[in-house]
Amino acid sequence: MAEAATVHSKRRIINLVMTSLTAVCAVFATSVLLIIIGFIAYQGISSLSWEFLTDTPKPVGEGGGIGNAIVGSAMMTLLAAAIGLPVGIAAGVYLAEFGKNWYGNTIRFIADTLIGVPSIIIGIFIYTVVVMPMGRQSGLAGGLALAIIMIPIVARTTEEMINLVPNSMREGALALGAPQWRVSWNIVLPAATSGIATGAMLAIARITGETAPLLFTALNSRFYNFFYDQPMSSLTVQIYNFATGPFEVEHAMAWAATLLLVGFILVINIAVRYLTRKKY
Amino acid sequence: MQSKISIKDLDFFYGKAQALFDISLEIPEREVVAFIGPSGCGKSTFLRTLNRMNDTIPIASVKGQVIIDGKDIYAPGTDVVALRRKVGMVFQKSNPFPKSIFENVAYGIRINGIHSSKEDLNDRVEKALRDAALWDEVKDRLSMSAFGLSGGQQQRLCIARALAVQPDVILMDEPASALDPIATQKIEELVVELKKNYTIVIVTHNMQQAARVSDRTAFFMLGKLIEYNPTQKMFTNPDEKLTEDYITGRFG
Repeated sequence: MAEAATVHSKRRIINLVMTSLTAVCAVFATSVLLIIIGFIAYQGISSLSWEFLTDTPKPVGEGGGIGNAIVGSAMMTLLAAAIGLPVGIAAGVYLAEFGKNWYGNTIRFIADTLIGVPSIIIGIFIYTVVVMPMGRQSGLAGGLALAIIMIPIVARTTEEMINLVPNSMREGALALGAPQWRVSWNIVLPAATSGIATGAMLAIARITGETAPLLFTALNSRFYNFFYDQPMSSLTVQIYNFATGPFEVEHAMAWAATLLLVGFILVINIAVRYLTRKKY
Repeated sequence: MQSKISIKDLDFFYGKAQALFDISLEIPEREVVAFIGPSGCGKSTFLRTLNRMNDTIPIASVKGQVIIDGKDIYAPGTDVVALRRKVGMVFQKSNPFPKSIFENVAYGIRINGIHSSKEDLNDRVEKALRDAALWDEVKDRLSMSAFGLSGGQQQRLCIARALAVQPDVILMDEPASALDPIATQKIEELVVELKKNYTIVIVTHNMQQAARVSDRTAFFMLGKLIEYNPTQKMFTNPDEKLTEDYITGRFG
């Protein structure tokens, strides 16, 4: 009896220790994010101003703003989304609804590989096929690079979301005499919409934070540029330039731009949580 | 008797595994035929051969004939979409679409282009809901999500959805197995009511249900049709010893 009680209490102690250990690790993992955000906010908040958001960078070390970088990032993200979302979603629908064969498996494998390819390699690829023939870096090249990063992510999340739609729903529609394409189009796709929208927004958040593929595709620009055939500034590349420069004032601007970028990505993530909360 | 569906020497395979063996069966028009048998005996598989729902399973294959209104539905060139419109189906688990109550019923009408006008569509939806004995419960909330209905209501909505495309035959795969006794009773009353206009095939695990609603009963075991007789006879004086053992609960 006494022996049984010892075993019992020993087990409870081990349980307590292990649970505490995992809890501490969980706190550590998440607190890193909080520390990063807090630090960025602390460093960046003082440089935020209306001029900072609307001005262009002044020549060497005199401050200015990142208005052109915000516009550039927005334009290239827009281009990437305009290409990446329709292609990615359509590909995902194909994979989920018709891709249970060797062709689908091949596509799936290639998409997974593409997701794992370092983004700077995408940049080099676009440099070779777009920048070199055009003879200059451009917003177009930057947007295309981002689109290529986006497509496999969107395709795979779309596929996963569609796979979550219960098969009974498809059967219900088929049993009414609906042709396959109508089942996919007006039953399965709407049922998966919120999941697909989530994937799309997260993919947008992801490409907004990309630097490497823009470095030698969109390059940078110190001026407002509204044309896709010209080099274009972006928040990430601008942060890189500010941060690697020698001037204190530019370092501060880099922090502020980082705060803006992180804030944007955070807002998207929170919006996703809000939009996908359980409705039924 | 006038046969609505004649099944002749039907074999069914999942890949190499044979699931149904040489089944022949006549289903008369405007009667209710119940399929009973232990789990895994092939009754649902058999039911799904009648509207070619098994086509969605890539490895499935069928031998033999299923003749509905004089036409073999497995003959090459059969329009499966038209077949499924004629042979409706209600599933074990209610499966409403993520749409409003109205749109759930309207869906089949729309995709088949049955309605002539907006009023006609409204009338057809109302009629289907009335026929499924659901109208009075939902008429004030047609535009609300179908997921807000109770389990029994959802199942009747699925029946209304099937009725809306004006089928001749309705296949029901354990339509009440997930419902409480009161909802089950409603479905059973509905089946008896629908018999006036439709030929109904119902798979059930509930022996009393088969006895209550059906005119004929088919007993399946291990992919074989053991006995097929009028329900009355089946439950009082079956031809086969196996049937009697199953019905009286000696196995299964």
